[in-house]
Amino acid sequence: MAKWTSRHKAIERNVTILAVLALIAVAIGGIVEIAPLFWIETTVKPVEGVRPYSPLELAGRNIYIREGCYSCHSQMIRPFRDETERYGHYSLAAESMFDHPFQWGSERTGPDLARVGGRYSDEWHVQHLKDPRSVVPESIMPPYAFMAERDLQFKNIADHLKAQRGVGVPYTDEDIANAVADLQTQATGDGDKAGLLKRYPKAQARDFGGAGRITEMDALVAYLQSIGTQVDFKAAAAQEQPK
Amino acid sequence: MSDEKRVDEATGTETVGHEWDGIEELDTPMPRWWLITLFGTIIFAIGYCFAYPSIPLLHSSTAGYLGWTSHGQLDAELAADHARKAPILAAIARTPIERIADDPRLLAAAQEGGKAAFKVNCTQCHGSGAAGAKGYPNLNDDDWLWGGDIKAIHQTLQHGVRYPGDDATRMSQMPAFGRDGILKAEQIDDVVSYVRFLSHQEPFNISARRGKEIFAQNCAACHGAEGKGNRQLGAPNLTDAIWLYGGDRQTITETVTNARYGIMPAWGQRLDPVTVKMLALYVHSLGGGEKLPPADPAK
Repeated sequence: MAKWTSRHKAIERNVTILAVLALIAVAIGGIVEIAPLFWIETTVKPVEGVRPYSPLELAGRNIYIREGCYSCHSQMIRPFRDETERYGHYSLAAESMFDHPFQWGSERTGPDLARVGGRYSDEWHVQHLKDPRSVVPESIMPPYAFMAERDLQFKNIADHLKAQRGVGVPYTDEDIANAVADLQTQATGDGDKAGLLKRYPKAQARDFGGAGRITEMDALVAYLQSIGTQVDFKAAAAQEQPK
Repeated sequence: MSDEKRVDEATGTETVGHEWDGIEELDTPMPRWWLITLFGTIIFAIGYCFAYPSIPLLHSSTAGYLGWTSHGQLDAELAADHARKAPILAAIARTPIERIADDPRLLAAAQEGGKAAFKVNCTQCHGSGAAGAKGYPNLNDDDWLWGGDIKAIHQTLQHGVRYPGDDATRMSQMPAFGRDGILKAEQIDDVVSYVRFLSHQEPFNISARRGKEIFAQNCAACHGAEGKGNRQLGAPNLTDAIWLYGGDRQTITETVTNARYGIMPAWGQRLDPVTVKMLALYVHSLGGGEKLPPADPAK
């Protein structure tokens, strides 16, 4: 032990050696945490069906983030029996691959929303967002009635797609060129539906908010109705089996 | 500061050799139990790394000798749970829904299962206590739009109400008397007066007297001459104090003007048949459930 103590003493009393060894120790920790990020593309197993958000869904997602919905709602179903029986199939990494930033979390003041798409009718969502306690008396969610009044600002939606492309979401030039038209088509159900579905398979197109014009409510409900609906789990099950 | 180590006389322990203004520090060895714990945890960690997925590699991580994954654990738990429930679920599946009540144990199990499924799928609209909300019926009372015996409830659950994707869905469409110009505003006012007389909220005044005629011509076909409703058409009873949207003058006027088309999903498309059956038995047990009519009507 005496030998070790004397070496320790040598390090402690020589500021250069101490600095070099401290740097090496911190660097090891840093490399272990940072290096895997460079191979993250190969870490996320692609799953069939996952596509980038349509312009309307992206606009809704922006509102979701603006209003801080993530403060109370997570979008991550963990692989536990109680969670899968309540919310549905556990979340896959690939389902968040186009989320910048992701909406995972462990804070659940409200329920998890990772599979909320298609679970309720549009009317329910509108009523619930306007006055949560009219449908869920024990809810403590604040009302968001103003969204039904506010017109959605979507003239610049193509720029939002470009920004997403900048961080790695594979929007094509065609997607960006058609962004405004696609948004209007999806929010009204009228227009080039075939083109919308070609660019964004399974996109649902209708008047989500029921107001007859494109409001923030349309965008948010369209986003909510799309969450967790992209993956066909019967097909994905085979890919996710433990090897 | 001196570097001279010496053995402290009072304790018999060596000092570390530091000395500041006469204060020295003892180099007391670590307690043995502490060292054993330290090395024990290190050995445990090494064993853990071999047994479980742990070491990150470039594209994945080491799998571990036990082959454990959180997904695999979930699958095993679900499989064990399914195996445990399988006999009772099979018994529920093969027993006709009206016969399940003959076996109290089977009925209790089915109602428990229905209760759990209700919490997941139904509470958002019908409320956690099944008391409903405006536009979503209360399931605790004995007032039923489409019938309250076990078979009628089962039918409604399976095929929904006005659900677009189901051909056998409960379908009825009240005309939008005001919006579509079938009745004038003052006629609607009169018929609302009559409906409010029927539900004992207003006296039989002049307006209601005029409304009686309009009711007989426009409303009685579905709601019945006495306004008692018709379950074949999902037409509500207008003579009681139970209102789906509200019984005040303004709400009834709105209902007559624009009509209402509440939608319930066809749960037969979303849930497995046994769950739908259990849900029907649970809803039937909530308080308002009716006995099957003696002569079973062919449906």
